[in-house]
Amino acid sequence: MKELLHDIDQWHANGNKVAIATVVKVEGSAPRPVGAAMAVSSAGDLAGSVSGGCVETAVFDEAQEVIKSGRPKLLRYGITDEMAWDVGLACGGTIEVFVEPVAIDIE
Amino acid sequence: MSAQVFSATRKAIADSVPVTVVTVVKGPGVGNKLAVLPDRTVGTLGDPALDAFAVPEARRLLDDERSMTEPFSSESGAVELFFESFPPPPTLLIFGAVHVAQALAMFGKQLGFRVVVTDARAKLLTEERFPTADVLIQGWPDEAIAQTTIDRNTYIAILTHDPKFDEPALLGTLATDARYIGAVGSRKTSADRRVRLTEAGATEEQLARIRGPIGLNIGASTPEEMAISILAEIIALRNGRDAQPLTTATGNIRARV
Repeated sequence: MKELLHDIDQWHANGNKVAIATVVKVEGSAPRPVGAAMAVSSAGDLAGSVSGGCVETAVFDEAQEVIKSGRPKLLRYGITDEMAWDVGLACGGTIEVFVEPVAIDIE
Repeated sequence: MSAQVFSATRKAIADSVPVTVVTVVKGPGVGNKLAVLPDRTVGTLGDPALDAFAVPEARRLLDDERSMTEPFSSESGAVELFFESFPPPPTLLIFGAVHVAQALAMFGKQLGFRVVVTDARAKLLTEERFPTADVLIQGWPDEAIAQTTIDRNTYIAILTHDPKFDEPALLGTLATDARYIGAVGSRKTSADRRVRLTEAGATEEQLARIRGPIGLNIGASTPEEMAISILAEIIALRNGRDAQPLTTATGNIRARV
């Protein structure tokens, strides 16, 4: 999350809403460790990563929903036969990603 | 994320104050957040029993520099709590504002170190040469050591190539808890230095702490390669690894999963 603060401030300054997605659990081997994070704005900006490319687009769509609803969501991604060529993790692990809206003080 | 917790966390990170953010990621009160700082907490997980469990647990995980999700059950139900630790950045203290130091300061900053560069020579120690350094200290090694907090979170590279700087820097830093003390120099320089340091009163135990010649054996020749060699040695030490190729290694690739 640390490395995303600059982007989040910028997006907020431009009048956009923001959600953060963070890897909160990893089972098996996954491309990014617990704490890896990605931020998304209501304008469609994206910074950071949660998996090194495998599930970012799916998380991006979920984050847009979270920005609209204002309600956080816990997502789980793992490799399965039908997901292998869709949104799956190449490394074969399972990750849990928590997506939450960011409320920022008006300063 | 509550605005209050977000701004307290951001401020702590900016000020290099250790902080752990606890979030309910599953169960009643999902999305509630608590920031645990050294002297206070901000926000709440929505249940006093949860907060009472989370605060000491947050401080314990911060000490270990770990982030993880843990289950917890109270009268209000079962939840999962995500603890995200933001330990203060480690310090990279560089003696000698030389060419290698420029590359080391730049790469060190990119790796998340707080970078301090010191040298007595004002011509070498300039902001133009070290644009990414956090602190520049112009002075002799003992002055720089007196002005810097040196603890287990401090990594030291002594690069001056000049015994009148190197040796006071080594004697001064060997008296601290610094996690890493590396000193540039050929095998012969390193051996001669040990003799002089012993004469100056350094113990065998202290001398054994010195990494000299500094860095990993990757055949580094340019300043940038030397910086990589030094930082790779520091990263391996920090993570307790032996710096062998992963092709021959077993166990977890990452230090923090």
